Amino acid sequence: MNDHYDAQGEAPGISEHSGGGPRSYLIGAGFATILTLASFWASSTQLIYGPGVPILLGVLAIAQMGVHLVFFLHISSAPDQTNNFLALAFGIFVVGLVVFGSMIIMANLNHAMMPMDRLMQMQR
Amino acid sequence: MNVAQQAFGSSPEIPLSMRGPAPTAVVVGFGFWLFLLSDIVIFAALFAAYAVLSGETAGGPNGTELFDKGRVLLETACLLASSFTCGLGSLAVQRRDMQWSFVWMAATFILGAAFLTFEASEFSSMFTAGAAPSRSAFLSAFFTLVGTHGLHVTIGLFWLLVMMVQVMTLGFRPMVRRRLFCFSLFWHALDIVWIGVFTIVYLGAS
Amino acid sequence: MLGKLTWAAIPFDQPIVMIASGTVGLAIVGLLGLTTVKGWWPYLWREWITSVDHKRIGVMYVLLALVMLMRGFADAIMMRSQLALAAGGAQGFLSPEHYNQIFSAHGTIMIFFVAMPFVVGLMNFALPLQLGIRDVAFPVLNSVSFWLTAAGVLLVNMSLVIGEFARTGWLAYPPLSEIAYSPGVGVDYYLWSLQISGLGTLLSGINLTTTILKLRAPGMAYTRMPIFCWTALASNLLIVAAFPILTATFAMLLLDRYLDFHFFTNDAGGNPMMYINLIWAWGHPEVYILILPAFGVFSEVVATFSGKPLFGYRSMVLATMVICVLSFMVWLHHFFTMGAGANVNAFFGIMTMIIAVPTGVKVFNWLFTLYGGRIRFTVPVYWALGFMVTFVIGGMTGVLMAIPPADFVLHNSLFLVAHFHNVAIGGVVFGVLAGYTYWFPKAFGFTLDERLGKAIFWCWFIGFYLAFMPLYVLGLMGATRRMQHYPETGWQPLMLVALAGAVLIFFGIALTVVQLVVSIRTRDRRRDLTGDPWNGRTLEWSIPSPPPPWNFGLLPQVEGTDVYWAMKQVSSGTHSNAAADAYQPVHMPRNNPTGFFAAFFAVVLGFALIWHIWWMAIAGLLGEVTVALLQAWRTNGEIEISAEEIAMAEKALVAKEIAA
Repeated sequence: MNDHYDAQGEAPGISEHSGGGPRSYLIGAGFATILTLASFWASSTQLIYGPGVPILLGVLAIAQMGVHLVFFLHISSAPDQTNNFLALAFGIFVVGLVVFGSMIIMANLNHAMMPMDRLMQMQR
Repeated sequence: MNVAQQAFGSSPEIPLSMRGPAPTAVVVGFGFWLFLLSDIVIFAALFAAYAVLSGETAGGPNGTELFDKGRVLLETACLLASSFTCGLGSLAVQRRDMQWSFVWMAATFILGAAFLTFEASEFSSMFTAGAAPSRSAFLSAFFTLVGTHGLHVTIGLFWLLVMMVQVMTLGFRPMVRRRLFCFSLFWHALDIVWIGVFTIVYLGAS
Repeated sequence: MLGKLTWAAIPFDQPIVMIASGTVGLAIVGLLGLTTVKGWWPYLWREWITSVDHKRIGVMYVLLALVMLMRGFADAIMMRSQLALAAGGAQGFLSPEHYNQIFSAHGTIMIFFVAMPFVVGLMNFALPLQLGIRDVAFPVLNSVSFWLTAAGVLLVNMSLVIGEFARTGWLAYPPLSEIAYSPGVGVDYYLWSLQISGLGTLLSGINLTTTILKLRAPGMAYTRMPIFCWTALASNLLIVAAFPILTATFAMLLLDRYLDFHFFTNDAGGNPMMYINLIWAWGHPEVYILILPAFGVFSEVVATFSGKPLFGYRSMVLATMVICVLSFMVWLHHFFTMGAGANVNAFFGIMTMIIAVPTGVKVFNWLFTLYGGRIRFTVPVYWALGFMVTFVIGGMTGVLMAIPPADFVLHNSLFLVAHFHNVAIGGVVFGVLAGYTYWFPKAFGFTLDERLGKAIFWCWFIGFYLAFMPLYVLGLMGATRRMQHYPETGWQPLMLVALAGAVLIFFGIALTVVQLVVSIRTRDRRRDLTGDPWNGRTLEWSIPSPPPPWNFGLLPQVEGTDVYWAMKQVSSGTHSNAAADAYQPVHMPRNNPTGFFAAFFAVVLGFALIWHIWWMAIAGLLGEVTVALLQAWRTNGEIEISAEEIAMAEKALVAKEIAA
């Protein structure tokens, strides 16, 4: 193994070489707290147009996930983070396909197909 | 000098991809990152199942009736705080500071255990109210998604205990430090998954 | 005390099963006895069972695959025989219950315990050698992965003797696979053996992806990797991204069966269609996991035996990565008929047709590589040419079925069966057999017998066409898959032709065993003394056959693609004439029994869960935790090989080569 100088980029999270103290964790925790409280408030307040609440919740959740990735896991688009970033992008791609693809497909199927309990009644 | 250094000079302008095998810490960290991504895909499948089945209450109770947002906020606070203490613990490990490493690891453990306690009480009260997973597809999906996250937290706490013993018995040698960094990646990732859980499951129910 | 397990679990009343398992049981006992009598256990334990060397693990994977090929093929011959007989009113010799288990076992074994281990084994063996490094990223994890796969194999084979196997097809669709309709242990055997081996596969995917991305020889930029490494990268990325879907879906089915959950049940709001959706979201990437390394093998073979660099390296890389991404966007074509609307069906139909394009690019690149080359018609080239013709036909029938209206007619017919065997055999089987022949001399120091190799090829090639072309016709005539008998006597002649094809393939498989025995016996005639029997182009041919444990005495400095070819043009010597003081001490991982014991307890746990023996399950789980903790405290995991030892070994190998 080659321990002499940085080869093939950095792993996610802090490494032996990154100095730095608790600053990124403090900022991250701060943002995350604000975003969490905002989510909880948004889901129960009357002040926001109803149908817009799920979208707002989604945005807040994605933002907070980003805060975790950047401030706790130190993922970025820096050249020594490329592998981590691309792996994450591929992961997000698959997650998106599985979740949203399944939702679209199953909604389509449920719309076209008879519900299971009514199908079972027909069997008897 | 190797050929890459000869071509580019021995300055750091050699492309990262041409510098030969990476140090063990990077290899281990990246491998664990890939494992985490695979774990996230498991959660994606469970989220997909939840999304599809969340309306299938089979005449039984639904989310709005069952979920207590106050408790969820408490759970979220515990987990987020534990992520923060875990981060500070990573810094202490980097400094080879035995005492503060233990302080932050213990804090992470306690906060994680608090999270699990709240979640266990939530599950048990749902069971006594007759809202068991066998009641409906919605409840099956709920308990599996949230329960799998809780199972990961439990395994994480067990891992943390083992790591504390490893630090005590083996010190801060490279192997132990690599594992501690992997643990912190794991713990932060669990908090990321929880963001999805509390948004989609609990806040999404209303 | 023993859960659901009783003496009634052993099928004393089924002669075929008892004879088969009796024979196999005797063979196993005989082998174990022979090993004991000859005193081979210490060697086996030290050199193979506890080995964490990627070359040894690769060989064990391939051996496992070849053995399971026999079991999977036995199922195939039984199915073909049954169908050749059961025309009109005839019932054949296999009851429907038995037949259902056979086709389920056939598919499960061929995909999970033949194709996957073979492909993973070839990648395991060749990848570090092609990348110019000493081992994979996580050698102990590599051993764990292999042994977990073996644990899955053991459980599946145990189902033959103790209990039964699933009767639900190789994907176990609910509601049939739910506890209400499959109350026996068959589906549980299926689920637990695949969860265990699936974990092994996932760990392997992580291992090899990390190896390719983080551990390449100095100077080996991504665009200087051999194409096999690119296809291995794509395949392993797919493993990491897709196998978790399988794990989660099987877990949901297990929860339904064990704890009365309602994910896919008929009642309480369950949705069986959700299972089919999720399982194919894994299933489609799975077939690309299998075929991409086969494409990589053919890229290496075609370039080597044409004496030319591979045509269109960059377009090959692009095509590979495009296939990797697109493979996640086509999965609905496996259930066009399940009832989605026309727009959803159309989207996936179009995506399925699009994914054929990068494969076409690859075929053209292979053809252009061959064109103008000085082609040597060795056995691997036979496989490559056979593949190009056969796989293209199979691909075309796939694109045909990608059109939803056509698929409505052909879904679950024998046409579909013919299509996927066409691509699986013509693509994956031909590919792994080519890779087996190609890398055999590197692993063992002598080549396989050429004449027998060509005979094996012709048996498979002609046998395949005889066995499966009739199935295309039968499918168009209305014959469905998974049928134990059929009323149309007019179909029987075609079924007989198919049986003839299967018999020919049987000879091909038998000859594979013969070839191995003969090749070992006459190995001195075909010794590979230079390490480069094929005049190869990539780094694995620059080291001796078989390689020393550390692979490369000095990590090579890479300056372009086809590294070894370039090295040969420059210097006449194949082995480095490095000065003795250029060598550094090398740290190699020590042997480790973790993999073996992890698998042992996995079998205990799996068997216990299948038969509801809860105390045994807890014991298995505790055993696993113990194994993990012991490994966690292992501090002497590496052994240092001194520079002098490496220098001496390298000098001795060079001397042996010169003397040859």
